[in-house]
Amino acid sequence: MPDSQDTISSPRPASAGATIAGAAAGTDSPAVEFRDIDIAYGKFVAVRDFSLSIRKGSFVTLLGPSGCGKTTILRSIAGLVDISGGQIMIDGRRVDDVPIYKRNIGLVFQSYALFPHKNVFDNVAFGLKYRNVPKPEIVRRVGKALEMVRLPGTEKKLPSQLSGGQQQRIALARAIVFEPQVLLLDEPLSALDANMREEMRVEIKKIQKETGITAIFVTHDQEEALSMSDRIVVMNAGRVEQIGTPQEVYETPATAFVADFLGKANMLAGTVSRSSGPTAVTLAAGQTVNVVAPKPLAQGGKVTVVVRPQKLSVGAAGANRLSGRVVSASYLGGSAIYEIDIGGGMTIRANTPISGRVFREGEAIEVGFDPEGCVLLDEGGQRIS
Amino acid sequence: MKRRWTLYDPRLAWMLVAPVLLLLIFFLVLPIAVMAAYTFFTFVTAGVETSALTTANWHEFFTDSYYSGFLLKTLRVGAITALLCGVLGYFPAYFIWATTFRHKWLLLLLLIVPFWISFTIRTFSWINILGEQGVINVALIKLGIINDPLPMLYNEGAVILGMLHFLMPYMILNVYVSLEGIDRTLISAARSMGCTSAQAFREVTLPLSLPGLAAGLLLCFVLAAGSYVTPQLLGSGRDALFGNLIYDTIMGELNWPMGATLSIVLFVVLGFFAAVYTRYMGMSQIVKGLGG
Repeated sequence: MPDSQDTISSPRPASAGATIAGAAAGTDSPAVEFRDIDIAYGKFVAVRDFSLSIRKGSFVTLLGPSGCGKTTILRSIAGLVDISGGQIMIDGRRVDDVPIYKRNIGLVFQSYALFPHKNVFDNVAFGLKYRNVPKPEIVRRVGKALEMVRLPGTEKKLPSQLSGGQQQRIALARAIVFEPQVLLLDEPLSALDANMREEMRVEIKKIQKETGITAIFVTHDQEEALSMSDRIVVMNAGRVEQIGTPQEVYETPATAFVADFLGKANMLAGTVSRSSGPTAVTLAAGQTVNVVAPKPLAQGGKVTVVVRPQKLSVGAAGANRLSGRVVSASYLGGSAIYEIDIGGGMTIRANTPISGRVFREGEAIEVGFDPEGCVLLDEGGQRIS
Repeated sequence: MKRRWTLYDPRLAWMLVAPVLLLLIFFLVLPIAVMAAYTFFTFVTAGVETSALTTANWHEFFTDSYYSGFLLKTLRVGAITALLCGVLGYFPAYFIWATTFRHKWLLLLLLIVPFWISFTIRTFSWINILGEQGVINVALIKLGIINDPLPMLYNEGAVILGMLHFLMPYMILNVYVSLEGIDRTLISAARSMGCTSAQAFREVTLPLSLPGLAAGLLLCFVLAAGSYVTPQLLGSGRDALFGNLIYDTIMGELNWPMGATLSIVLFVVLGFFAAVYTRYMGMSQIVKGLGG
């Protein structure tokens, strides 16, 4: 299992977590730490050997397709799901046996989960009430939280009188008002329409930065993950595929799954045809491309060349040239996406800025990419490093 | 030119509701109207009445405290039965909702099973349980705990017990349906914010299941207050309810005008309760509050 022991708290100069000023100052115990946790429902193992350490004040995303175990992990932090092995620590304290209502965790659900029979004030005040906060203090803090989510003055409204986006803001206010140790966000944007989603994305990120709260975000949407996270944990079938900054997981996918799940990379199967000098790979379609290998590769070894659609450029640029025929062209205004048949039953996708003309279906086209712009995977689908 | 038929044609809608509408008019509205007219007929002697209009029946009802006493007693027994149903029925409903047992449908089926046996026969069965020669008395006498059989049958307790028996499924199903409508993440949300499971029940589950409980209470109250068979079989003469009074007036005294008057009274009183209850106890309001 690659990279699963890679911890987010490990001091990495490139860590985007460094941009969160002062949030983690003082203590060095991670906000949340998983040690080899297993979660099983009966015979079905939803999560296996999951280890992760999350630095205070950071924004970490669990990304993966549905059924990969990401929501299960989130729920295990809250205590809504029992773990069958391993340990979960919050602020250095083991919480396996701490009942859910004593864990001090803020939860935001996909379905908002606002209490329909309580007004906005009572919804937001709920957590404070159960922490025995005095009434005037509750009023003050609820007001402040509503201002933070830009819905001041809505105290008397019922959730059913608010739009979906507003309801999710109230849910967010309700989850942060009692200053939980961790904020858990379970696909909070999925129920919103596209415009609202974008707006909420920015808003959630802003509030997380302002409050300095540690946030764990679950999504199946790669765009959300890439734009919001300090760190992304890519999961598949109950296992961690890769942990890294958005740039790391996008630019250097550790496995074939990550390459495909994030941005639908082109996966070109081939064999190593020259192992020294510039390494060359002969593709199944017949073309030979130069690649940068991090270590010498055995000649004749089977590899997969991973190239992002954005790294392919139309025309003369790029040291590696592939010619083919346009199967389909989607014009997107500033850029165009081409599906190109390069022979041998291989189709590649190019997403390129439009310079000059737009190619049409059936036209011959030539695309190129640089040897530095690709990643090599071995036969098992793991990145060669 | 004739207009073409469309899928949402209002004419089609009328045609589709027409059978039900006709059924309701001929078998519900019309008979009630006939009964309402009967209340103004003149009673001559047993089995004989004339269509000479009179208010004597209504005068008798409003002046004779015998009738109002019966009515109040009927409402009281109905209310007690409904409340007991609510208190006792909530638990099984909650259990069926909360259980992780995989074959929930089986538990729900168990609620329906009693309906396969005639309601009258089910009521009769209590005689074999509570009667002087019934299971309980015989067992207690054989065990030497008592010498004389306990008088458990033919009293108000037996009547209420019998009505609980047949009304309980209605209550349980009503509560269950409203519990089933609760988004369970609400409970998770409450728990994550600091509620114990008992507090989460008080804050979320109970208030959100109240519409079902309220509907069940109304249904049980109306059915209990309008019942006739149960008090007839399990009660003594003193435990008769308004329904039995109507039966006696029509079948015993053969006084149809007075019987019709009493029927209309019960109909109006129970209808009034149902209407006021729905309007002011706010069942529709609660539903609206849930964003439904």
